Amino acid sequence: MAKSVAPALEPTQPPARQTYASVSDRIADLVLKRRSRWPWFLGFTLALLCMLAFCVACAVLFWKGPGIWGVNIPVAWGYAIGNFVWWIGIGHAGTFISAILLLLRQHWRTSINRFAEAMTLFAAGIAGIFPVLHLGRPWFFYWLLPYPNVMELWPQWRSPLVWDIFAISTYLIVSLLFWYIGLIPDLATLRDRAKTRGRQIVYGLFALGWRGEARHWARHQSAYLLIAGLATPLVVSVHSVVSLDFAIGNTPGYHSTIFPPYFVAGALFSGFAMVLTLAIPLRHFFRLHDLITLQHLENAAKVLLATGWLVAYGYLCEIFMAYYSGDRFEMYVVKDRLAGPYAPVYWALLVCNVLVPQVLWWRKARRNVALLFVLSLVVNMGMWMERFLIVVSSLHRDFLPSSWGMFHPTGWDWTHLIGSIGTFALLFLLFVRFLPAISIYEIREQLHEQRKEGA
Amino acid sequence: MASYGMLAEFASADELLEAARRTRAAGYRRIEAYSPFPVHGLVEALGPHRDRIPLLTLIGGILGGAGGYFMQWYSAVISFPINVGGRPAHSWPSFIPVTFELAVLGAALFAVGGMLVLNGLPTLYHPLFNVEAFELASRNRFYLCVRCSDARYDAVEVERHLESLDPLLVQEVPA
Amino acid sequence: MHDRKYDAGADDLDAFAQERRRVLKLMAAAAAMAGGACSGPPPEKIVPYVDTPEQSLPGKPLFYATATRLSGYGTGVLVEANEGRPTKVEGNPLHPASLGATDVFSQAAVLQLWDPARSQTPLRDGRVATWDEFLLDTENGLRELDASRGDGLFVLTGAVCSPTLQSQLEALHSRYPGMRWHQYDPLHRDNELRGSELAFGRAVDTRYSFDRARVVLSLDADVVSAAPHSVRYAHDLASLRRPHADRMSRLYALESFPGLIGARADHRVALPPADIERFAFRLGRDLGVAPAVVGDSPAPSFEKALVDDLLAAGAAALVLPGPAMPPRVHALVHAINHRLGGQGQTFEHTPPVAFKPVANVESIRTLADAMRAGRVRMLVILEGNPVYDAPADLEFAARLRTVARSVHLSAYADETSAYCRWHLPRVHEFEQWSDVRAFDGTASIVQPIIAPLYGGHSAHELLNVLLRSGAAAHDTVRGVWQRTFGNTDQDERWRTALRDGVIANTRAAAVTLAPELAESIFSNPPPPVDLAINFVADQSVRDGEFANNAWLQELPRSMSKLTWDNAAYVSPSTAARLKIASGDEVELRRAGRTVRAGVWVLPNHADDCVTVPLGYGRTRAGPVGDGIGFDAYRLRTLDAPWHGSVELIRTGAQRLLVTTQHHSRMEGRDLVRTATLAQFARNPQFATDEEIEKVPEHTLYPDRPYDGYKWGMAIDLNACIGCNACTIACQAENNIPVVGKEQVLRGREMHWIRVDRYFHDHDSGVDFQPVPCMHCEHAPCEEVCPVGATVHDSQGLNVQVYNRCVGTRFCSNNCPYKVRRFNFLQYVDRTQESLKALRNPDVTVRERGVMEKCSYCIQRIQRGRIEAERLGRKLRDGEVVTACQAACPAQAISFGDLNDPGSAVRAAKASPRNYALLAELNTRPRTTYLARVINPRPDDTEE
Repeated sequence: MAKSVAPALEPTQPPARQTYASVSDRIADLVLKRRSRWPWFLGFTLALLCMLAFCVACAVLFWKGPGIWGVNIPVAWGYAIGNFVWWIGIGHAGTFISAILLLLRQHWRTSINRFAEAMTLFAAGIAGIFPVLHLGRPWFFYWLLPYPNVMELWPQWRSPLVWDIFAISTYLIVSLLFWYIGLIPDLATLRDRAKTRGRQIVYGLFALGWRGEARHWARHQSAYLLIAGLATPLVVSVHSVVSLDFAIGNTPGYHSTIFPPYFVAGALFSGFAMVLTLAIPLRHFFRLHDLITLQHLENAAKVLLATGWLVAYGYLCEIFMAYYSGDRFEMYVVKDRLAGPYAPVYWALLVCNVLVPQVLWWRKARRNVALLFVLSLVVNMGMWMERFLIVVSSLHRDFLPSSWGMFHPTGWDWTHLIGSIGTFALLFLLFVRFLPAISIYEIREQLHEQRKEGA
Repeated sequence: MASYGMLAEFASADELLEAARRTRAAGYRRIEAYSPFPVHGLVEALGPHRDRIPLLTLIGGILGGAGGYFMQWYSAVISFPINVGGRPAHSWPSFIPVTFELAVLGAALFAVGGMLVLNGLPTLYHPLFNVEAFELASRNRFYLCVRCSDARYDAVEVERHLESLDPLLVQEVPA
Repeated sequence: MHDRKYDAGADDLDAFAQERRRVLKLMAAAAAMAGGACSGPPPEKIVPYVDTPEQSLPGKPLFYATATRLSGYGTGVLVEANEGRPTKVEGNPLHPASLGATDVFSQAAVLQLWDPARSQTPLRDGRVATWDEFLLDTENGLRELDASRGDGLFVLTGAVCSPTLQSQLEALHSRYPGMRWHQYDPLHRDNELRGSELAFGRAVDTRYSFDRARVVLSLDADVVSAAPHSVRYAHDLASLRRPHADRMSRLYALESFPGLIGARADHRVALPPADIERFAFRLGRDLGVAPAVVGDSPAPSFEKALVDDLLAAGAAALVLPGPAMPPRVHALVHAINHRLGGQGQTFEHTPPVAFKPVANVESIRTLADAMRAGRVRMLVILEGNPVYDAPADLEFAARLRTVARSVHLSAYADETSAYCRWHLPRVHEFEQWSDVRAFDGTASIVQPIIAPLYGGHSAHELLNVLLRSGAAAHDTVRGVWQRTFGNTDQDERWRTALRDGVIANTRAAAVTLAPELAESIFSNPPPPVDLAINFVADQSVRDGEFANNAWLQELPRSMSKLTWDNAAYVSPSTAARLKIASGDEVELRRAGRTVRAGVWVLPNHADDCVTVPLGYGRTRAGPVGDGIGFDAYRLRTLDAPWHGSVELIRTGAQRLLVTTQHHSRMEGRDLVRTATLAQFARNPQFATDEEIEKVPEHTLYPDRPYDGYKWGMAIDLNACIGCNACTIACQAENNIPVVGKEQVLRGREMHWIRVDRYFHDHDSGVDFQPVPCMHCEHAPCEEVCPVGATVHDSQGLNVQVYNRCVGTRFCSNNCPYKVRRFNFLQYVDRTQESLKALRNPDVTVRERGVMEKCSYCIQRIQRGRIEAERLGRKLRDGEVVTACQAACPAQAISFGDLNDPGSAVRAAKASPRNYALLAELNTRPRTTYLARVINPRPDDTEE
C-alpha cells in the first residue's frame, strides 16, 4: 500500500508518507530503540530531587503533625487542600479528551489522548495523596473506607469527604482501565518488536497475549466505547463532588450552587493547559511534529479559550450572586477578595485566567508554540491561585470578626507543592520512556480510514 | 492432527475483508482474522457475532448502584444509627453521590472484565506466536486463519483456496 | 523507678557526694521532685468541705475549704482533690470575698502548686544546701542578736492579714525589741492609707456595698479586676445591673487605661491621670466640699450629667478613688461620699484589716537606708521580691548584697534569692497551715490539701525558727485560734472553721467617722504632663508573682487580647501624634532610666499617656516567665509609684506581640445586641424582633426529640465583665494544653471558651461576649465529619469523640462560631510527671491531630447523673454546674436542663433579651445570649 497515493490531509492527521509500518516503528522505537538524551536525564534528575524533597516533607509531617504547615483556626485548610483540588482539576483533561472527544468523533484527539490519559492518572494519583497527608492522624485514613472499621462504626455518609473517597477512587480506577485497555494492542506491538528477551517478557505479560483477532477487536472496541460513555458523566461528577467539599459547607464563599459547574470548567481549563505544557516539550524533544501538529495545539488552545470564558463566567457569577442574595457575609467575602489582604492573589489570578488567555483570539497566537507553552504555564499558575483563594480567603474571614485570621504558608507548605509537581514530572518522564506516548493502533486505524476516504 | 490451522497473510485490511468473505462463502465456518487495528465489518464477514459487553456493563452498573445505596442505608439506619446534626438516619439525598460513583465503577469493571473473559485473555501462549511472520500482525500485516477443527478442513483444499485469494504467503500453523 | 528518682537529682550529686548526710537529704528532695503523685496527704487532720463524705472513695473527688492569698488578703476557695491530688479550685460560697466564684489567680493556683520550676531545695549563696545547715547558720545569727537584743534584725513582709503571722511577729518583737519590721508590696495601698489619714487622721479601710449603690463613679478605680475584693465587688455590681426600670444602677467611669469597670460603664471618659485628679477637684467643688479650682473641665457634659445624678441619688451614690490616685484625692472622695451621705449604706469604714499597715514605699526606703548605713545584721524576707520590684532608685540589689545574713523565703529561687545568703523554698498555700483575713476582715483557716511536694516551709515555720520554738505550723495556727475560740467546744469550732472555710463573726466591725479636710491639700493642682506614664498591675501576672504560670501567661488580656507579653499601651491619636504603631519598639525614658518596650495601640486608652503593666521582664521567674516582655519597674521610682512623666523615642526595631483577636469591630453584624434601658422598656423584644423574618421556622427534616435531659446554656451579656475567669477555669477543668507564644501567633490557642471583645464603632463602648460551643441541634460540624467523630448524644450534647477523630478539620471550617480547637502539634506535655498529677482524671488528654472543643463539662454531667441514679432520682437544677459557670463572679452563665420547667436556664431563656448567635443559619444553638442593656442618662440618648 506504500504505492497508493494519499490525498491532501488535514493537518491533524498523520501525513501521507506515513504507513502502518512507519507509524508503528516510529512510535514504538521511541521506547525500544531511542537512547535517552541529556534533556531527559536533566529533567529526570530534577524531578527525582523534587520527589525526594516531597518524601522528606511527608516524613516530617507524619512525625510532627500538620502544625508544620501554616494552617490554623480559622484557616484549618491550606495548601494541602488547594493542591488536591488543583491536581484533580489537571487530572480532568485526559479523560475528557479520550472519552468525550472520542464520542464526538474528534479524530485529532488520537495523537494526544494516550499521554493525556497518563497525565490524568498521575495527576489524580497525586491529588489522592493530599487529603491523606492533610489529616491530623493520617495513619487512620482507612477509617474513611466503606466498612465497619472500628467498633462496628462505618463512615459518615453525609460528609462530602466520604463522597470524595468514592469519586476519586472510582475516577482513578476507571481512568486506569480505560488507559490500559487502550494500551493492550500497543503493548502487543512492543512485545512483537522488542529485541531483548527481558522486554519481550515484560511487554508480553502486560499485552495479555493480544493477537488482534477480529472478535477480540469487536469486544475491545465496544468495551472501550462503553467506558468512554461511562467516563463522560464520571469526569463531570468528580470535580462536582470535589466542589461539594466546599458547597455543602456553610462558610460564606464556599456555600454556593455555582460551584459544581464552575469547578468542572476550571478543571478542563487547567487540564488543557497542562496538556499543552506536556505536549509541546514532548513533540519538540521526540520530533513528533508530524504526529502532534500545530493543528492539535491550536485546537487545544481553542478549548482553553472556551473553558477560560466558562471560568470567567464563574467569577462573575460569584460576585453577582453575593450581591443578589443580599447576604451580608457573602457580600463581605467578595469585598475581602477584591480589596482584602489576599486581593493581590485574586487580581493575579484574574490576569492569569481571564486576561492573558484572550490573546488566543488571534490565530497567530494559537499557532505560536513558544507563546502557547508560556501561556499554559501562566494558566496552570492562575488556576492554582484560584484553588488557594477559594480554600483560604473564604475561611480567613467568616461569620464572627473575633475569629478572623490569616494564613501564612511555611517552607513545608511550599515543599509539598513543589515536591508534588516534581513527582508528577518524574512519573511522566518514566511514562514516555517505557510506554508508547501515542496510541499506535488508533493511528493505524486513522491511516486506514484516510485511505478509504482517499480511494 | 498436530496443526492449529492454515494461515494466510495479506497486505491490507480490504484484502483481508475480501478474503474473509470469500472463505466463508466457500463454506468454511471456523475462520479467524487478525489485524493491527479494528477493521469495520470484519467480524460480520467471519460469521454471526453477538456483542454481550453492553448487557454485562448494564448489569454491573445496576449491581454497583443498588449495592452502594444498600450499604449506606444498612450502615446508617440498621447497623449503627447515630444522631448526626439532627439529620434523620436515612438522609437519602446525601446517599446519592456514592450510589452514582459505585454504579459507574461496577459498570466499568464489568465491561473490562467481560471483555477480557470473553476474549479469553490473558492467553500468554498461543500457537500463532510460533509463526515467525505473525509478529507483523501487530504492525502492518493482516492474517486469515482457517482452523483445522473446521468440519470441512482439509490441508490441501484449504491451502489451494487461500492461495486463490492472492495472499503474501500461506503457511500451516503447527499446534 | 528508684533509679529514675535518683537520677533526677544526679547533676547536683557530684558537687558534694562525699558527705553522706547531704546525699541522703538530696535523695529525699529528688524523690519529691520526681513528681507529686508520690506525695501523700498532710500528717495533721484536715477536714473536707460541708457536704462531701469524709472517707475518700477512689475516683470520687473530695473538696477542702481553704484560702488563696492576693497581696496578703485571702479569698475562700474549695480545692478539689482527686486521690489526694489538688486538681481544681472552686470558690467558697460561704466566703464573703468569693460567694462561690473565683478570679483567674485562684484558678491558676493549682498549676502554681504543680509547677516543676518551683524552688525545691534551700540555697546558700546559690549552691544547694539543706534546711539543717540553715538552722545551724541561723542559730549563730540569733546568738549575736540575743546579745544586741535584736538590734540589726530586720523583717520584710507584705501586708500581714494572717492573725498567726501577726502574733508571731509580735512575739518576735517582744523577744527582740530592737527588731525592725518593714512592709513592701509593689501593688501597695499607700495612697488609700494616706488618704484616710488626711481625712480622718487615722488609717481606716473602706468597704463598698455596690448592691445598694444606684449611681457609681469610678475615678480610675477598676475595683472588679485583679484585687482581693474584685470577685465580691463584681458580684455586687452585677446584682444591680440587671435591667429593671427602677432598680438598675448607673455607672460612670473615668480611667486612663481601659479597665473592666469602664467597659461596663454607662458613661465613660478616658483621661490621663492628672486630668482625672483635676476632675476630682472640680467634682469636689461642684458638690461643695472643696474650694474652687482653676482650669476648665476635662469632660464638661460628662461632669454635668454626673453631678446631677450624684446629687439626685444622694445616699445611694458612691464615688470610688483608684489606688493610683494621690492621697488628697482619696481624702477628697471620702469627703464627697460623706457629703452624699452614703455612710452605712453604700460604704462603711473599718479599722484596717491588715496588721499595722504602713506606707510601703516609705517603709522599703527606710529599710534600704538601714542597709546602706550597715545597720542590718540579719534580714529576713518572708514575702515578695524587692530586688525585682522595689522602687528603681533604691538600688535595692546593691544594698542587699551588703547584708551579712539575709534570708529569703519564696516559692521560686528568684531575683531576690540570688542576692541573699539564704534562699528557702516556700510551701504553696495548698501545702501549709496558716490563716488569713479577707478584705472585709473575715478570717479563714488555710489547711493543707497535700503534704509539701518539694519539702519547703511556710512563713510560720520560719518565724518559729527565729523564735526558737519547735512548734509545728499546725500547732502554732491552732494555738492562736485557741485564744479566740475559748475552751468551750474548742475542737468543734476548729473543725467547723476547717470545714466551712470561714470563721464566724470575724468580719471587721464598722466605725462611724466624719472627715475633716485641710484646705491646704487643694493647693497646687497637678501640673499638666506632656506624656504621662501609668503603671498598672498586669491582669495576668499581676506584680510578677505569677510570671511562671503558663495558664495566666496565655490568657488573653481582656482589652488588648495580648498574650505572653506586656506592652506600652497608647491611644490611637497619641500613637498618631508620636508616629508609632503596634509592634514598634520604643525606648521609655524617665529620671535617667530607660526601658525598651513594644507598643500596643489600644482604642479607648487615654491620650497623652502610656500605660505600662508591671510584672514582666523577669530574669529569674522560671523557664516560662523569664525574658518575656519588659520590666516596667526599672522606670518606677520613689517619687512616681504610679504616675509620672515619661519620654518616648522610637528605636526603629520591632517587637513581636501576639494577640488572640485580630479584628476588634463587629462590622455591623448583630453579634452583641444592646439597647438602652429606655429602649428596652419600650421594646423588650429588641434583641430578636429584627431577626424574625431571617430565621426559618420550617426545616426539611423533622426535629429530633430529646425527652431525657436536654442541656442548655444562657450567657447574660449584661452581667459579663470580661474577666476571663471562665476561660481559665475551663482550662483547669478540661486539661486544656498551653501552646506557647509562637503557636498563639499562628492562631492555634486552645481555649474552649474565649471572651470576644468588640470596640464600638461610634462611641467608646466595649462589648464582651464569651463564646463556648453552641451545641447546635442542627450542628453543621457533625454533618461534614467523614468518620462520625462528632455526633449528638441523647441529651442533645454535641460530643467530640477524640479517639475516632482523624483530623480532617472540616468540622472547624463548618463551625460558624469557630469554637473548635485543633491539636496541630503534640501540645500536651507527656513527659512532665508533676503536670500529669495536675490533670483532671475525668477528662481525656488529647493527642496531636485531634479536634477538641467545649463539652458542657460532660464529665460533670455524667458524675451528677451517676450520683442521681444511685439515689434513684433525676438531677435537680443546679446540681450540675459547668466550670465556667462556677467561676463567673458576675453569675453571667446559667446552665441546666431545658426540659426542667423550674430550671434557672429555662427562666433565663424565657427572658425577652434571649437571642441566638447567627440564628439565621438555623443551627439551633443550645447556648444563647441575653442581650445587653445599658443605662445612660435618658437626656443623653433620647431626643
